[in-house]
Formats: sequence, structure tokens, C-alpha cells
Amino acid sequence: MSFFGLDCVRKRERELERKLRANDREFNLSFKYATNAIKTSKYNLFTFLPLNLFEQFQRIANAYFLFLLVLQVIPQISSLSWFTTVVPLVLVLTVTAAKDATDDINRHRSDNQVNNRKVQVLIDRKLRSEKWMNVQVGDIIKLENNQFVTADILLLSSSEPLNLVYIETAELDGETNLKVKQALPVTGDLGDDVEKLADFNGEVLCEPPNNRLDRFKGALTCDGQKHPLDNEKVLLRGCTLRNTEWCFGLVLFGGPETKLMQNCGKSTFKRTSIDRLMNVLVLCIFVFLGFMCTILAAGNSVWENNQGSNFTVFLPRQDGNSAAFTAFLTFWSYVIILNTLVPISLYVSVEIIRLGNSFYIDWDRKMYYARSDTPAEARTTTLNEELGQIKYIFSDKTGTLTQNIMTFNKCSINGKCYGDVFDYTGQRIEITEHTERVDFSFNPLSDPRFVFHDHALVEAVKLQSPEVQAFFRLLGLCHTVMAEEKREGELHYQAQSPDEGALVTAARNFGFVFRSRTPDSICIVEMGQQRSYELLAILDFNNVRKRMSVIVRSPEGKLCLYCKGADTIIYERLHPSCSKLMDVTTEHLNEFAGEGLRTLVLAYKDLEEEYFTQWQRRHHEASTTLDDREARLDQLYEEIETGLMLLGATAIEDKLQDGVPQTIEQLSKADIKIWVLTGDKQETAENIGYSCNLLREEMNDVFIISGNSPEDVREELRHARTSMKPDAADTEPMPGRTLGKGVKVIADEAVNGEYGLVINGPSLAYALERRMELDFLRTACMCKSVICCRVTPLQKAQVVQLVKKYKQVVTLAIGDGANDVSMIKEAHIGVGISGQEGMQAVLSSDYTFAQFRFLQRLLLVHGRWSYLRMCKFLSYFFYKNFTFTFVHFWFAFFCGFSAQTVYDEWFITLYNLMYTALPVLGMSLFDQDVNDAWSFQHPQLYVPGQLNLYFNKKAFFKCALHSCYSSMVLFFVPYAAMQDTVRDDGKDVADYQSFALLTQTCLMFTVSIQLGLEMWYWTAVNTFFVLGSLAMYFAVTFTMYSNGLFLILPSAFPFIGTARNSLNQPNIWLTILLTSTLCILPVVTYRFLLIQLCPTINNQVMFKVRQAKASPPPLPRRARIRRTSSRRSGYAFSHAQGYGDLVTSGRFLRRPAMSRSAAFTHVGRATGFSPMGRSAGYSPTGRPQNAKAPDVEVTSLQMYRTINDPAL
Amino acid sequence: MVKHEQESTNRPDNTAFTQQRLPAWQPMLSAGIVIPGFLIIGAAFIGIGVALFVTSQSIQVLEGPVFFYYALSNFFQNHRRYGVSKDDNQLFGDTSYFTSPSSSCSPYQYDSSNKPIVPCGSVANSMFSDTFQLYQVVNGTNKLVPWDGQGIAWWTDYSIKYRNPSVTPLQNAFNNTVKPINWTKPAYELDPTDSSNNGFINQDFLVWMRRAALPNFRKLYRRITQGDYAQGLPAGNYLLNINYSYPVVDFGGRKKVVLSNVSWMGGKNDFLGIAYLVIGSLCVVMSVVMLIVYAKFKFPDEE
Repeated sequence: MSFFGLDCVRKRERELERKLRANDREFNLSFKYATNAIKTSKYNLFTFLPLNLFEQFQRIANAYFLFLLVLQVIPQISSLSWFTTVVPLVLVLTVTAAKDATDDINRHRSDNQVNNRKVQVLIDRKLRSEKWMNVQVGDIIKLENNQFVTADILLLSSSEPLNLVYIETAELDGETNLKVKQALPVTGDLGDDVEKLADFNGEVLCEPPNNRLDRFKGALTCDGQKHPLDNEKVLLRGCTLRNTEWCFGLVLFGGPETKLMQNCGKSTFKRTSIDRLMNVLVLCIFVFLGFMCTILAAGNSVWENNQGSNFTVFLPRQDGNSAAFTAFLTFWSYVIILNTLVPISLYVSVEIIRLGNSFYIDWDRKMYYARSDTPAEARTTTLNEELGQIKYIFSDKTGTLTQNIMTFNKCSINGKCYGDVFDYTGQRIEITEHTERVDFSFNPLSDPRFVFHDHALVEAVKLQSPEVQAFFRLLGLCHTVMAEEKREGELHYQAQSPDEGALVTAARNFGFVFRSRTPDSICIVEMGQQRSYELLAILDFNNVRKRMSVIVRSPEGKLCLYCKGADTIIYERLHPSCSKLMDVTTEHLNEFAGEGLRTLVLAYKDLEEEYFTQWQRRHHEASTTLDDREARLDQLYEEIETGLMLLGATAIEDKLQDGVPQTIEQLSKADIKIWVLTGDKQETAENIGYSCNLLREEMNDVFIISGNSPEDVREELRHARTSMKPDAADTEPMPGRTLGKGVKVIADEAVNGEYGLVINGPSLAYALERRMELDFLRTACMCKSVICCRVTPLQKAQVVQLVKKYKQVVTLAIGDGANDVSMIKEAHIGVGISGQEGMQAVLSSDYTFAQFRFLQRLLLVHGRWSYLRMCKFLSYFFYKNFTFTFVHFWFAFFCGFSAQTVYDEWFITLYNLMYTALPVLGMSLFDQDVNDAWSFQHPQLYVPGQLNLYFNKKAFFKCALHSCYSSMVLFFVPYAAMQDTVRDDGKDVADYQSFALLTQTCLMFTVSIQLGLEMWYWTAVNTFFVLGSLAMYFAVTFTMYSNGLFLILPSAFPFIGTARNSLNQPNIWLTILLTSTLCILPVVTYRFLLIQLCPTINNQVMFKVRQAKASPPPLPRRARIRRTSSRRSGYAFSHAQGYGDLVTSGRFLRRPAMSRSAAFTHVGRATGFSPMGRSAGYSPTGRPQNAKAPDVEVTSLQMYRTINDPAL
Repeated sequence: MVKHEQESTNRPDNTAFTQQRLPAWQPMLSAGIVIPGFLIIGAAFIGIGVALFVTSQSIQVLEGPVFFYYALSNFFQNHRRYGVSKDDNQLFGDTSYFTSPSSSCSPYQYDSSNKPIVPCGSVANSMFSDTFQLYQVVNGTNKLVPWDGQGIAWWTDYSIKYRNPSVTPLQNAFNNTVKPINWTKPAYELDPTDSSNNGFINQDFLVWMRRAALPNFRKLYRRITQGDYAQGLPAGNYLLNINYSYPVVDFGGRKKVVLSNVSWMGGKNDFLGIAYLVIGSLCVVMSVVMLIVYAKFKFPDEE
């Protein structure tokens, strides 16, 4: 934390274990544990200047200028006054220091805010409100509901039965579901008795501070007894206390030693490819500078030998230096003069430009999401131009592409399809927000948020059509949802998967309200009548069975099996009499699948009482056997689930975020490849792939890699490659360029047609192994889009890493959850979706906004412009500095290589700072080729950025050549024009000072006009900057050369009168005109011919815009793609195994407290239940949940997701 | 309403600047601008070129007013060490710099007996020292051509940049100093006849001190503006009397004298005129080439 010895010393004697005693500050102080104050700031008032300067001079350019400054102090070498270097250097250092200071002030502020939070601490047998920073290890503190946990504490006691507390760990790991912690009984007995707590003198011996969030080891010794401590008893800083009135805790780790702070590792500093290029270029410049100086020094040596030694009559050598030594001095003198080659203001200007372009992102109203009042934010301000070069996007699915809201969209009942709305001509109407909704007011228990548009279905229900009734009865009975009824008629469903929630809610609204359940009964209200079904068995869902069934006995005593599942599976088990209905339903299913909806097929079967009794007996036997239980149960299920009668099918829409398909289409038009990395199952992921346009029916093929062994995977990958490109299977990867460390860059391989690739978790694990990663990468990169399912957070990062390693491309990762953090950090650019679960993704991202669709604006508009501006800035910046400097080189040949500058020293000082700074900044902040609307119209405009066409080594070389030409013109034209000429009154005008003024004026005009040529977008500000800079040049020049300044400081302003005496001469102005024209015209010619002969995409679009002279037609709102898919099943069900057991076990029952704790601590092991789906782990929305509201009690249903999304 | 405003407190401002919608002019290198532009520039340049060339050619030696220049070649007045070797404060008449001249004047800061040199430095020390008289030979007698050595330096140099110390007599200011080593007389005796042309404001001195940009240069020596010769030098025989004292052979330099008059565009220099003519013609040629290219490729096409 601190830069001074203290901490370093402490670190050296590493803590091996931690020992502390409650309520004993003296004892604990002897160990010098860190207090709870945190410090993320870097400087304080006194250390700021030395530390900041030290850091700044570590930058090579700054260090170089310091070195120059030293050179300039040596009189023999000094070819320029010291101020020419000091002024820019001080300015650059000041600007950077100011920026660092503001950053640090902000850190101080947030540190202070955190450190000054209040918490109740037990001091001197009394509870006192103390600042967080004053809390010490060994203190006992009291936390109240919804408070942040102050430090890492050992839970002592709580208000809740069994000493439980509920905490939310969103800030720590991004999960919003509550976790439960339980105190030791021995400490729990202390309760909230302050006296007892103050007497508590337990000693804790535990592990030293570390960053493992999931592990804690230690022991509590109290009253001579030793109690083991584990993670279950520790609350970590950063958590929030929920649903717990109060709790007491013993501080174990404070401030910097807490696990939260230990995890705040240094985030790796991301650099852009332009940054790296710039560093290379600066090195090249150094080499080139050395080269030029060597030539000039050699020239000097020759001159001194041939002419200088004769010229000593008038110009004696200093102290009798030899020619060789003079040459050596000249070398350094030229290093000083030519220093402007190494642009000191380059880095600062680049930072300013990036900052400006970042502000545009923050300010963009089109990236502001009104519903959650979140604007976009550029959290990192140094990566902008890289946004214009993205080639690969890695996206999370849930919460990023989808809203994780399932809506019951359509269904097919007994061969009739419901859900579409038709107008009177029979045309299907696009469903929008304004389409008339079905009125469910006839049903007092309906969910007001449920939206359906097709009135026919309600009519059918009201007409008491038996099939429709059976359909919804099935939906109301066959599920594992829990219902909570706080008040009469106010139902809350808690479903493990949102799919089920949607189905049960649909049944609820259509009059089959699932009301409550016990382990052996389900109570539903059927069209206003309450009926209780006896629940006899749940034939649970799993990924192999792909179906679930319930066996119930109706109040009338009828036995029935209801089953829902994947079409492929259920169709095999249907009764032959259904074949006709099957055909019709299949058609509907294909239609649903084509629209990207998730489908389930529903079927039922009436059971004979005898058969069932016998089956039930066998089922009981099977479930109590120890060996082979699963297989035997499966067999039994298989047996009873045959001869089913088809009821129909449901189609659930996994609601995409707004505009996702359009965005993906736009991005793929911009030649960006999108890989979806999701923790979801293959079917779900594939389904989303289709619905958001990533996979398309018209693709030549979609390869599914799902091998279970490395050989299988390799074979499948090879097969995929052969079918894409027959000759690509066995050839070695295209020899690309070699990166450092022998890593080859894999070139893109062109294939005919479009392909997609879906790879599942286990296969991906094999594919990411070293031996196979190239196979995988090559195959994946040949495909248009790639979907990886069942991916762990680590694998997400690995995939990104793989692409980064072998492809020289810029990658972007976008996600919303804690599981995306690794890939967000790994990718060149990380984007976090804000306003979703947790803050982790946002906190580790570089850019955040609320909606996936803003990504296209971020890339195609902001990114593209930033890249364009940065490249234009760099090439112009190098041009203007090189041109400026090279003139000295030519002049050297005429001044005896004496390191005489061409220009006035003031001009040298101010050229970069005043005369040319603003126009180029203006260009880099305002320039655009075409406006945002046209950028969307032509996504191909993005491609040059990916190929890095605007600024690269070649462009740099070109720009140096251009400078070379310009500088020659700038020197030799005035040279020839001034040779032997005089003023119109015969007086001198070919003197050095007039020549200097002439050359610098020519230079100013040339670089200004050149800037005008570069600029595509002349706003009033740009015009003002360009003309203003020229005007300022003249104003400053006339001032500097005025009598007044000379009279104040004669030796500092020796150019007095030069401007007046030479700028009133027509031939001077004619020379300026000639020089600037000669510099510019070839450029215009070259560019014009280039546009004519091989126009770039930018030229084409710009001319098109010019011809159109109006804003482009708005992008057509894509109608929902309607296709029928005959190729694939629309089955996708994000359900997990194990909930059937849970529902029937009765464990979910609330209260008495005893069972509650049991449910928490042992749920996993006791039922053999392991939640597989993501939604089992945590709820994917950050919206306030019931569980969080203080008045709602928490049950084991935490594992369920409360269905209260407003959009449902 | 209030609530609504609160809800969208984070909404960014809708200004043309923040939304990057500033109105702008978007010029482009289209054929309609470039080709006529080149033609116009070409024509204009040819026009200027002709004017300049004719003017330059018209400069005659014998039409008045005639200026008399001396020229030196291979003389590096633009050498860095040469250029810095003077003391502006001293030349501004600041007597404190008389006793301790700037170190930049070294080795012409102090003489061998450690007395300060005034004016110090290489520039002053190397002052051109040849003198000239021009005679017209009329009927066998030499008639001195009268000329003016006053109006030859810049007004700013004469009145502001260079000053004599305000000590009378001037000589007293130079007590305890020595003259530059190469000089034959001290500064206060440069023109003892005219106090406004003596010391640091002697115009020959000023002309010399305004150092040339290039190794070959000419400097104005005298203007022939008065008397019989104000309208120019009539044809005839002239005699130039040169008092030769300035060594140039050592460094391979050469001396020249030039008699010339001037025009509105200064001295005789054909370069500008020719350059304008050449570039003007090139522009016209290029515009034809571009026209051909444009006719052939027709970009932008209506696709």
C-alpha cells in the first residue's frame, strides 16, 4: 500500500498464522495487524511531486527530454537555448501530473468515504459508533440488516434462529442469491447480551491473509475448548447482510488484509495496438535520429578539415579543439536540434484525444438506456481507437443477448396453432407493443404481467374444449414450481427454470391456477374451482430423458400421467392413434423452431389403478435399492411413459434483448466474428443462436462438436474442416507471420459458404488442450459464427486467450455476470452490461452500457471514428514534426554542419505547443468521414480498421517520405529565391533572420493547408482553430519581434524588426505562395488520382453521401424472421435435474426453524441433488427480489427464481 | 413531472457538440473542384511567372537609383559558433557589458592582456574592411561618383537594436576596453565625422552585423542616389578604387562588387519567375492528365 519502507519491512517477516484474542486490543496490537483503514490512493500531499515525477520520468520520451536538457546546459554542445526544451517538458509534465492528481483525489475521496462509514463496535463494555477505519483486529462489531460487512469477521451470534445470517455476495462474486452462514453454538449463545460479549475472550488461531474466497481454516479456543472454524462461519468484507436483524462478529482481518482487498490484484494495464506501434516507431525514430546525427557529424568533420581550418581567421576553434572533437560535439548538438523528431507532446496529445473520444461515449444519448437511467460509460479512457479494430466478439448469452425472461408465446393444441394475430384479410400481423392484448380479467388469480395476443385461445378455454383444458391442466400440474401466497389471491411462483415459470404462469392466466403444493398434493384452481390432485410420483427431468412426468390422482379418483418433454423423445412414446395429430403438430413445431422459439411437447396417459399400484411398488423397491438405483428407475420410467396421447406443444420465447438480431447482423456485415460463450446447455444455446440470427437456416452447415474423447473431438473437427474446404483437412495451417517466442500467426482461411459451429463443454475442454487447440482454432475461424456451450468462466478466458495467441486481431468480450469477468479481463476490450446482476462484470470492464444493441454504436460509430481520428492524428503529427525537423538537416549542408537552427528559437519552442497543437487536436476530436446514420448504412466502413489500414509502418514510412519532400521544398525554394536578392529599397533581406522567418512562415502555411487536406469535417471550431493558429502565429511573431519586448530583454529577442522588414516585401510573399503550393499540389494530385484509380471504401461512401445529400433511409426494422425449420428440433429447456426430489421431500416447507437450517446446510448431500443449470446457482436479474425485501422470509426456495419480472 | 425528471438524471445532454452533430463543411477532392482548380492555379502562376521574369530581366545596372554591393563567397556567417559570438546587450549600449562582455564572445571576449574587447565576438571582429571609391572617367579626369552610406541598414537595427552608450564623448565609454583584434581603429572612430553614423550605429557595421543566411552573400555598401547620378549611371568609363585589406584567400573565399538597381520585387533573381512559369505549366499539364483519367474511370460512378 505504502511506497515507503514500512510495509515492505512488514512483508518480509511473513505472517505464517494469525493469532488474536477477542476484546483484547493490547494483545492484538502486539502483532501489528493492519487496521481496517484502506488506502487505494497512491500519493499524499508531500509525496505527490517526487513520486509523480519519478513515475513520469520512467517514460522513455520524458527521460529523453531530461537527458536533452542536460546536454543543453553544456555550452559547447548547446545549439538551442534551454527554454526550447524546458517549456514543452514542463507543460507535458504538468498536464500529466494534473491528470494523475485528479485521479488520486478521487481515490482519496472514495477511500475516505469508505473509511468513514460507521459501524457499532464493542469498546469498554459498551457499543459505540465508530468509523470503519478505527476498527481493529479482535474487535467485536455489531452489524445490522442491509449493512455492508465491515471487515472479514467471524460470526459470533445473530438474531435469527440457529444463529443463521443471510448475506448477499454480489460485490464479491457477482451472485445475487443469498448465502447462509451459521455461527458456532458456543458463540451463538452470547446472543446480543453486551455484557456477555464483552466478557468473551476466545482466541482465534487462523490462516494468514490470503485471497481465497472459498476457503478459511482456523480454530477458536474458548473456555479451554477448541472449535474448528471454516468458511461457513466467516463473513467477508464486501458482503451485505440481508434478512437478518442483527449479528455480532469478531474482526479477523482488517482493511488491506481482507479477502476482498487481497483479491483486488493489480488489474493488468491494457495497451492498444496503436500504443505498441507507437513504441516501435519511437524506437525507430531514435535509431533514425542517431543515423542523421552521425551523417551530420561526419559532414562536420569533413567541413572542419577542408574549410573550417582555413576559416579560423574569422572563426577560431574553441580552446583549440581538433576537428574530430568538434565533430563529436556536433553530434550532440544535432541530437538537441533534431529532438523534435521524437515528439514529446505525442503521448500527451494521444491521451487528450482518447479522453475526448471517451467523453463522447459517455455523452451519447443513443447509448443511454432510459428504462434503467444508465448512460454508457467509458471506464478506461485509453483504448478508444481499438474499438475501431475489433475482429472477434466473445459474448455471454444470458443477460447479454437475452433478458432471461421466458414468455409463453405460442402453442399448438390438438392440431390448432394459437398465438398469432391475423387481420380481417387473414394476413398475419406483426405483434408490437400496441397490439391489443388478451383481457384476463375474468380470472381473478391471473398474473397482470402476462401478455398474450391471440383471443382465440381464451375463447377455446371459455368454451371448455376438453383438449385445451387438458393442455393447461398439464401445465398446471406437471412442474416443480413452488407457489407462495402472501395475501389472498396474490401468488408468487418460484421456479427453478424460467421456462417452467412461464408455462405455469400461462396456465395460471388461462384459468388453471397452480395455487399450492405439499409433498403429496397439488392444489390448482380450474376455471374458478379449487381442486386438489394427489401427487403420486414425479418422474424427474434429466438431460438424457429430456422429459418429465407427474402421476396424479384427480379429485374424482382418476389416475393420470402428464408428461412434457422434447419432441424427438415424446414422439417415440406416443400411442399410434396420434399419428395424424403428430403430423400437424410437427408442422407447428417446425414453424416454432424456425422462429427460434423453445418448444416442448405435451402428452398424457390415463392409468389403470391396478397397473399403477404394481408399478408404484416396483418404483418403491427400486428407489430404496442401493446399487444401480438410477438405471432401475430409468427403466421403470421408460416403461410407464409409453403409449402417450399427444396434447400439443408449447412455444416459449427466450426473450432477446432489444435489437439483438439486428445488431448481430450489422456486426457480421462489418466482418466481425461473433462467438457466443455460454454456460447454458447445447439446445438452449443453439436455439438462441437461431433466434438472434447467429445461426441461420440458410447456412450451408452447422457443425455440432460433442465428442466425448479427444479422438472424437479431433475427428469431428477434421470432418467439419473437410466439408468446409476439402483440401484443408490435413494441410498444416497456413504459414502466417511468426510472432515472438515462436508462436505463429494463423492466417484466415477462406471457405465457400457460411458455416456455424456449436461445441459443447466437454469437447471444448479437449479442444482447448495444447495438442488440439490449433485444430479447433482453424475450424472455428473458418466458420461464420461459433457457439460454445456449458463453458466455465475459466474456459471463457481460455478461448479468448487462444484467439489472441494465434490471431493477430483485436478481441472484445461482452458480458454481464461474474462468470464473464475472466474473459472481460482477458480480451483486449472488455464490455460490461450494466444494470444487471452484480457489479463484477462492470467493475472489471473497460466500457459499460445497458443494452447489447449499443455495441454496434460503440464499434461502428465511436470505435470507427476514434480509430480514424487517431490514425489521422498520428500521420499528421509525424508529418508536421518531421517536416519541421528535416529542414535543419538540409540547412546543415550550407552552414558548415554547425548545428545552426533554421528557425528562431521561440518558434521552435512554440511550434508544437501553440502554433500547431489546436488544429490537429480539433481534427482528432471532430473529424468524421460520414455521420453515424451512414456508418450504420455501410458497416463495411469498419473493415479498414480491422486490417489496420489507416496507420501502420507503411503509412509511417510514407509520411516520412512526404515530410522529406516537403522539407526539401521548404528549404530549397526559399534558398533559391533569396539567393542574392535584396529588398525593394536595396537593403538586406537575405540575412539569416529574414530567412528564418521566411522558412517558418512557409512551414506554417504548408502544415496548415496540409491539415486542411486531411480534414474531412470542417466544423466552425476546426476553422477557428486553423485560422486562429495562423493568426496567432503572426500575432506572436510580430510581438516577439517588436521593439517593446526587445527593450525589456535585448538578448532574448534578437529578432527585433525582422517581421516588419521582410514581410512587407512582395517577393517574400511570392516565395511563401510558391513554397506552399509546391508542397501541397503533388499531394492533391496524388490523392485525386488515387481516388480515381483505386477508391477506398471511405471515398466511395463519402461520394455516395454527397450525391444523396440527405440522411440515409432509416434502417428497415427487421420483421421477425419467419421460417419453418425442418432440420432441427426447437427443443430447449433450461431445467436442471434434482428438483423433483426436492419438491416431494418436503424440505422446502417453511418453518419450523429446525427444518430450515437442515434444508440449508444439507440440501445438496441429503438429496443427492446437484443443481446443474445456471439459474440454479443464482438469479440472473439484478432487480429487487422478494428475498431481498426485508419483509419476506427466506426459505430454501432461494434456489428458485421468483417470477416477478415486470415483463412477464 | 418532477419524478420523471429525477428518473432520467443521468440522461446526457442533447447538444450538437456532445452528440457529435456539429454542422460542418465536408469538402472533397472531386473532379469538379480539382481539375478547374489546377487550371486556375496554373494560369495564375504562369501570369505571375511572366510578370516576375519580365521584371527581373528589366533590371538594369545603369538606371537609377543604383546600389553598390560587395559580395563574399564561401564565408560562413551562418555558422552557429560564429552567429552566437556577439553580445546583444553590449551592442545595445549597456556599458556594464563593456567591462565584462558575454562569454559567448569567446575567444574574442578579452584580449591577451585580459582587457575586454568592445564590440566583442567573431562577428564584429570579422567586419568587412575593404573600402571603395567609384569614379567616372570624364575626359581623362576621374569624377568621384557621390554615394550615400547612410540609408543602407534596417531602420530597426539603426534606431533600436543597436545603440551607443549615452556617454559623451563617446570615446569615454570605451575606456579600459580594446578594439577588436582585426580592426584597425576602435568603434568610436568608425565615422568620426558624423556622430549619427559612429560607434555601434555605424551603418557599415550594422550591415555587417546582420549576418547572412547563406555562405555566398552580398551586402549593400552604398546607394547612388544623389547628384548627377541619381537617375542612374550614364554610359561611360568608370574606375573603381579598392582599398584592399580584407583577407579571403585563406579560406578559399572570393570577393565581388555588384552594381545593380532594384525593382518592386527586389534585386535581380530569375529563380522566382522561372519557378512560377514551370509550376504553372505543370499545373495545366496535370489538369489535362487528371481530366483524361477522370474521363476514363468516371469515379464516382452511379452504380
